[in-house]
Amino acid sequence: MISEAFNGSVKYLQIMNEEGEIDQTVMPQDISDSQILEMYKGMMLARAVDAKVLSLQRQGRAVTYAPLLGEEATQIGTAMAMRKQDIFVPAFRQHGVFIERGVPMDSLFLYWRGFEEGNVFPKELNAFPIIVPVATQMPHATGIAFAQRYLKKDSAVLVYVGDGGTSEGDFYEAINFAGVWKVPLITIIENNQWAISLPRNEQTMAKTLAQKAIAVGIDSIQVDGNDVLAVYKATKDAITNSSKGPMIIECVTYRMGLHTTSDDPTKYRTDIEVETWKKKDPIERVKKYLVKKGLWNDAREQQETEAISKLVDESVEKAERFKPDPRSMFSTVYSFMPQTLREEFDEAEANNFWQ
Amino acid sequence: MQMNMVSALNNALDIILKENDKALILGEDVGKDGGVFRVTEGLLEKYGENRVVDTPLAESGIIGTSIGMALSGLHPISEIQFAGFMFLGFSQLINHASRYRTRTRSNMSLPMVVRTPVSGGVRTLEHHSDSPETYYSHIGGLIVVEPSTPYDAKGLLIKASRMNDPVVFLEPTKLYRLFREEVPEEPYEVTIGKAKVVREGSKLSIVTYGTMVPVVKSVVEKKKLDAEIIDLRTINPIDEKTILESVSKTGRVAIVHEASLSFGVGAEIAARISEKALYKLNAPIVRVGGNSFPYPYPGYENFYVPNEKKISYALDKLLKG
Repeated sequence: MISEAFNGSVKYLQIMNEEGEIDQTVMPQDISDSQILEMYKGMMLARAVDAKVLSLQRQGRAVTYAPLLGEEATQIGTAMAMRKQDIFVPAFRQHGVFIERGVPMDSLFLYWRGFEEGNVFPKELNAFPIIVPVATQMPHATGIAFAQRYLKKDSAVLVYVGDGGTSEGDFYEAINFAGVWKVPLITIIENNQWAISLPRNEQTMAKTLAQKAIAVGIDSIQVDGNDVLAVYKATKDAITNSSKGPMIIECVTYRMGLHTTSDDPTKYRTDIEVETWKKKDPIERVKKYLVKKGLWNDAREQQETEAISKLVDESVEKAERFKPDPRSMFSTVYSFMPQTLREEFDEAEANNFWQ
Repeated sequence: MQMNMVSALNNALDIILKENDKALILGEDVGKDGGVFRVTEGLLEKYGENRVVDTPLAESGIIGTSIGMALSGLHPISEIQFAGFMFLGFSQLINHASRYRTRTRSNMSLPMVVRTPVSGGVRTLEHHSDSPETYYSHIGGLIVVEPSTPYDAKGLLIKASRMNDPVVFLEPTKLYRLFREEVPEEPYEVTIGKAKVVREGSKLSIVTYGTMVPVVKSVVEKKKLDAEIIDLRTINPIDEKTILESVSKTGRVAIVHEASLSFGVGAEIAARISEKALYKLNAPIVRVGGNSFPYPYPGYENFYVPNEKKISYALDKLLKG
């Protein structure tokens, strides 16, 4: 006898296409034009900050930086769908989420100038620091989600991971634990098609990354990650249902720029591919919609750009005034300072090793 | 009450769960099964499955989710079934547990304990007998504890569960049921970062910990040596003061551990003595450890683990030197 042991499928959602046209059959009634305008501004800000850090890096005023260009809809759409009490656990490219969630911008610049103090955020923002080793933040997020249920708090946890990250063991362990524990974990796969030089189709033979949810018995959806409305709706729905258990949202987007400032993508991908994705730009399509509706014009664009530029410059200046204190390295290793560590510190200080 | 190390640890966990409703236990087979060594026996029945959590089989998942719980105000006490399996969670300990506090400049902290059985001598399969204390101590940021008696095991675990730091808690498998001693039933703490002078002496010092403590004691008794024995109890941060005081008094020192000799805890201690008490020494420092290769299969382990003969030989060398 042979019978069907399992049969699964993954749905795909797009609400606004590349021309800025909305598919009313899937458009939520509660998204207003003023919200769409806010999404647009959020994405503009993310892109502007990104460009600024990139230029600072080129001037030697920032360390290695991972640009977000092209991934604004995924980041702003998910961030805007979060409620105040929701928690987010980033990887290393989610600057847009940080900004949208209200993390002070000078913190971000401080991080990219190479100081741990850039990871110190106000508690009420429920923000966790940038995590570099790929997908290792995912089990933390599952543990954080477990704690929300344990402490009877109504918070969902959003964790971000890239397409490459879905190949890591920690990705699987985290979603599997979350499934078994039925905790409010929402995994945002920011599928930007490239893990440095490895394209999405060489990362896995799985047709979608969302279908990895099937293996651990949880729900998932794939959305157009360059469509801020689809990203927003999928995230909002996941948060609404988060008390029932975990969810994976695969956002199909594209890394328009570099993996990091140390990377040269011309070595491994074609201009034609990049040009194709440029037509799917997440910001341009919303602009088309807003202009058509008379909610946006060149004058407003100019005004907004100038305001952003001023805000960014102020934050950069603030971050650049920061002076590191070597003592902070020693005093924050443990809840106390062991004698052996104290001796290392005292010797350095007494003999001016840091001058 | 007379307790062996397993019952002392079980008693400590009971106290921890009772006194702190944010504390919970997680790991493979810790619930219904009570842990493969029975350290968590009876706790599921007493505290329920929200506080004693049987996890899927994934060490990185156990340690990684513990980190998330600790970041959110809980105090997870996780169990990794064997030290050799803990390397599957090594990335989480080294990449995150050791540095979460400093990467956030103490804005966040990790109150958590990861327990695991260590060392050999009990004829188990490959990967069940590793002595990994050096790895966890080298990075800094992790507290590494290894008791050798039921009394210390209970007091150190209670102390670990009340700290706002990540503690790697190593339990020598061989000592789990080796002997019983009087252990108070009420809560008490043993200070972390403080070695214990097990036996006072004036002619030589022996610094040791874990499985080697009873072996060293036996050698010293048989040879009727006027030896001072120090049980480190905490590997990191190391109690340099107690070691230097003893060495300065006796002028001779041997360091004995089961872990591989090369790049081990003995090397660290020898270096510190050389830097700070070289001129108090009357003889070169002697180190005794397992051989400098991975722990063998059980059929060979008696050739590998330092035995009384090997330690006795080293002490003779030290006294002649």
